[in-house]
Amino acid sequence: MDAETQIQPYSMNFGPQHPAAHGVLRLVLELDGEVVTRADPHIGLLHRGTEKLIEYRTFLQAVPYFDRLDYVAPMNQEHAYALAVEKLLGITVPERGQYIRVLFSEITRILNHLLNITSYALDVGAITPALWGFEEREVLMEFYERVCGARLHAAYFRPGGVHQDMPAGLADDIWAFTERFPKFVDELADLLTENRIWKQRTVDIGVASKEDAMAWAFTGPMLRASGVPWDLRKAQPYDVYDRMDFDIPIGTTGDCYARYLVRMEEMRESNRIVRQALQEMPKSGPVSTTDHKVSPPKRGEMKRSMEALIHHFKLYTEGYHVPAGEYYGVVEAPKGEFGVFVVADGTNKPYRCRIRAPGFAHMQGMDFLARGHFLADTVAIIGAMDVVFGDIDR
Amino acid sequence: MDSGFWSGYLWPTIWIVIQIVIVVGPLLGAVAYLTLAERKILGAIQLRQGPMVVGPFGLLQPLADGLKLFVKETIVPAGANRAVFFIAPMLTFLLSLVAWAVIPFGDNMVIANINVGVLYLFAISSLGVYGIIMAGWASNSRYAFLGGLRSAAQMVSYEVSIGFIIISVLLCAGSLNLSEIVRAQEGLWFFIPLFPMFIVFFVSALAETNRAPFDLPEGESEITGGFMVEYSAMTYALFFLGEYANMILMSAFATILFLGGWLPPLSIPPFTWVPGPIWFILKICVVLFVFIWVRGTMPRYRYDQLMRLGWKVFLPFSLGWVIVTAGVLVTFGWLPE
Repeated sequence: MDAETQIQPYSMNFGPQHPAAHGVLRLVLELDGEVVTRADPHIGLLHRGTEKLIEYRTFLQAVPYFDRLDYVAPMNQEHAYALAVEKLLGITVPERGQYIRVLFSEITRILNHLLNITSYALDVGAITPALWGFEEREVLMEFYERVCGARLHAAYFRPGGVHQDMPAGLADDIWAFTERFPKFVDELADLLTENRIWKQRTVDIGVASKEDAMAWAFTGPMLRASGVPWDLRKAQPYDVYDRMDFDIPIGTTGDCYARYLVRMEEMRESNRIVRQALQEMPKSGPVSTTDHKVSPPKRGEMKRSMEALIHHFKLYTEGYHVPAGEYYGVVEAPKGEFGVFVVADGTNKPYRCRIRAPGFAHMQGMDFLARGHFLADTVAIIGAMDVVFGDIDR
Repeated sequence: MDSGFWSGYLWPTIWIVIQIVIVVGPLLGAVAYLTLAERKILGAIQLRQGPMVVGPFGLLQPLADGLKLFVKETIVPAGANRAVFFIAPMLTFLLSLVAWAVIPFGDNMVIANINVGVLYLFAISSLGVYGIIMAGWASNSRYAFLGGLRSAAQMVSYEVSIGFIIISVLLCAGSLNLSEIVRAQEGLWFFIPLFPMFIVFFVSALAETNRAPFDLPEGESEITGGFMVEYSAMTYALFFLGEYANMILMSAFATILFLGGWLPPLSIPPFTWVPGPIWFILKICVVLFVFIWVRGTMPRYRYDQLMRLGWKVFLPFSLGWVIVTAGVLVTFGWLPE
């Protein structure tokens, strides 16, 4: 028995068909017993070539592609693109439009965090939060539906503002929702925050130090849980975020539990922002730029004015031309920094549209986060990372 | 001669078969409706209704599920060891039924009133792990293998503490016969003096039956179903039936050891008007409800945490409690005859 025997690590394909793979993550794990010695994420199974496709669409036609990136937070991504194009066009959005965008950005953040926290809990084995969360998500989805007609792929934020004004009564219903939503967050917290098993499963799991988090380009809750107070809504406010009074929750430990806590607090803060936006919003006025070279005229106007009709025709066939230039439009999406680098060459189509997805950077950290932890912890780490493959694979 | 054969062999055999049918028939019905109860209770916890389509209030859902599983094709993985692959679910199912032989449903209402009933039950529930290990190994799948390993470790660990808990009950009852244990609780059910042990027993029973929060061998979000991942149709159904029959069995065991079996809460009318088996079933239902309630509330333990709880918390605690119990009984001269 003096011959050297090489013990092969037990390698396992975690996904792409796996309930905790959150879509199509293929994670090749090397295990020593149940301890992960290497985690190798393979991506690309949901690649659709969004960036290239956008190069062949007019600036307006590109909007729906952003819904299909991170399909849990569609409006935030449209927001980044709209900001970039608006900057290149040199137009400003009317105040009411800006407020509506902030309002729906925060509703989207709540939508995203509800899904993330509850499905994260589901991965860790708690089945009830998922169903509770979906009950509230349903309400928010209805707000989506009422404002833009779609529950998921909104195409609501467009360069120049938003597509339509909010229907009558929607503001009151959102207000009613914000009245009771903090209580729901409390109930969710009752189920998880002090739950011993939940804490045992998440505290000290997948720790990213401040330095690690910055070195691996983590953003959003992943970065803030590690104790870095960085939020683009505060750091470089866009739209009317500078008028909003809200706090940025910061974690200290950088583990999965801190990520959970940060998201829970962010939901409460988002709720605050939604309320402020509703209160401070101008009660009437245009929601989209009145420059009809960019945003279409009202339907009624088109019936009377020849010029409006021409505008409409040109906008929905050729689209608008964007002056040559480049700009990095960026927002604090629920998952982190979501940026769109748009290069315009003076035509009606973007020359290049590079997308910076937060989940992509987080996914890179999978190996160092999971190494030395158990197989079951990998599931918790993926859950806390909040991966959605729409934006990672693009 | 003829009458000797009849009264000596044939009739006892027929009588035993009749008894078995009387126990197993309702048991399988109970298993079927336990699945429905679980879905309904979980539904209530999760703000939804549960099955509502098949029959009034979804009452025929278990039959529909059973039919579906029965008519589906059984798929055997290419690399599987066919013999072991098929024996595993049968073994699990068989063991979950065999154990009921010694359960007393009422006074003298038991198939086999043997004097080592506790040991028999303990032995049978220990054997249950084989079905799972065999399934995990025979499937020749990595997830199933991990599930099999997990359950082997888990069930063995919790058996040890269950053993000590049973010893402290036996010290109080003075018998290994399950009917005697129940009779010893007339006046005072054991869950009152042995309350911490009752809790530990219940938690160990959760682990023993692979129920949440100890459902690691199954672990649907980690190892995607664990040892059952390659099973389909009837082979899967047998595991499923076995698991739920085991849940009822452990509830019955808890009822006998701690909740006074078939005894009424107070030995006065109107409680004594209700027959013993009804009390027994009611108590089982209460324990089962907690089984399901826990599933709706708790996240899953991790493998090492589960082992730590079993070996470092429950084992010393139950061992210590045995000594305390024995000490108290001897000191005050309360030892049963």
